[in-house]
Amino acid sequence: MRAGIAALTTSFATALAVGAPAAPVRYEAPPETARLAPGEGSDLAQAHCLVCHSADYVITQPRGLPNPTAFWTAEVAKMRKAYGAQLTDEESAKIVAYLVAAYGK
Amino acid sequence: MIDRRSLAVGMLAAPILARADTVTLPFGNGERPLVRYPGKRPLIRLTTRPPQLETPFAVFDEGPITPADAFFVRYHLAGAPPLVDPETFRLQVGGHVATELSLSLDDLKRLPAVEFVAVNQCSGNSRGLSTPRVGGGQAGNGLMGNARWTGVPLKAVLARAGVKAGAVQVEFAGLDKPVVAGPPPFAKALDIDHAQDGEVMLAWAMNSRPLPVLNGYPLRLVVPGWYGTYWVKHLSEITVLDQPLDNFWMSTAYRVPDNDCHCVAPGAAPAKTLPISRLDVRSFITNLSAGAKAPASRPLLVRGIAFDGGSGIAKVEISSDGGAAWTEASLGPDLGRYAFRMWTTRLRLPPGAYGLKVRATTRSGETQPSESRWNPAGYMRNVIETVWVESI
Repeated sequence: MRAGIAALTTSFATALAVGAPAAPVRYEAPPETARLAPGEGSDLAQAHCLVCHSADYVITQPRGLPNPTAFWTAEVAKMRKAYGAQLTDEESAKIVAYLVAAYGK
Repeated sequence: MIDRRSLAVGMLAAPILARADTVTLPFGNGERPLVRYPGKRPLIRLTTRPPQLETPFAVFDEGPITPADAFFVRYHLAGAPPLVDPETFRLQVGGHVATELSLSLDDLKRLPAVEFVAVNQCSGNSRGLSTPRVGGGQAGNGLMGNARWTGVPLKAVLARAGVKAGAVQVEFAGLDKPVVAGPPPFAKALDIDHAQDGEVMLAWAMNSRPLPVLNGYPLRLVVPGWYGTYWVKHLSEITVLDQPLDNFWMSTAYRVPDNDCHCVAPGAAPAKTLPISRLDVRSFITNLSAGAKAPASRPLLVRGIAFDGGSGIAKVEISSDGGAAWTEASLGPDLGRYAFRMWTTRLRLPPGAYGLKVRATTRSGETQPSESRWNPAGYMRNVIETVWVESI
């Protein structure tokens, strides 16, 4: 069962060790370009949803589902329950309405 | 459809890339930009913050080892990747142990190193193909990769710490943390016996080079045969537990129906779930994409990859008649039972359209289903895939 696992030669391990950078590794990711579609409630979605993730998390979700209201209600509920989104019930309802209008079809 | 206004913004930032380089994954709303991140070739950007980058499928036809610059990227929480200083980096080992450890990269590299080739596949690879569709990261088949990993066995590090009697699991966490209060910090756990099986690895190299930043530099967990969710990146904390880990990432997310197929009727809720674990068997054609045209006058070369959760691939078969007759392909070099296994065959196809199907069978006799299995999170797709080609 251990086939394929091989002990390494010291020289290879050392070569890798020497190749390691000696300063903090800064990482400059390309810019965030995705934007939420305009529409009633987009400001609320912008303010709450985009704190933790980019707009493409929303934009890339499936369209034309049989029941987009159920889909987006569940997503917003998950963001509140599991990911700690600070939303009132009223704000949640407005965001769901926005998402259904903007990304439901 | 992609937001046209956002595309316009993107073009201002990167005029050529954003305009010319998009791909359309084979499901509704599947248009994605190809974006080049530092250290990476252009990859399919599923999301930006945190980054999810999919490997363009043609990469898998380049050879059995997925190049590091093409390897997929998946994070859970904004703020990724974290800033890493390899000089001050320490791996903390604590919890239910005799001696707490604080290990530098050099400390780890002084331990006897091992290496093996293993597939890392995201639990939600191919989720966009789930029918009916489900929420979550909408990926094609490119959230997988096969690399040569180098590091030290977790078992060796745990032995130095001295696991106390009564340990049940080992918890793993990385340097990437939530940027605001609210989201649950990412941590995963393996059962103590699994953690000490001698194979689970603390890896500091991928394809004989330091790990790319986006793949977990400077250290990541490698759990051969298991889904990527356990392969914790930027690994900095190992905690031996005397109780099972009960957090969002173990108890709520990354769970599958607790039955043999890990599936339920489409749209149904599972009665009982368990944490996702071992990869199921999959196979792909890599040299032909949908709509490919090939001359009927000579045999058609068909090749690809197959893999499973560690039994190893025994057989790969191809069908050009909808799955009635199967022809066995020739297997390529065996890079280990956790690795991609390449295969190749040649088919004589009279003029016409063909749905080429590929099916792998493992050494333990597991094979792929002819119909998609469904679960609410869109995990573990392993249906027999079909590529439609035309012989002319």
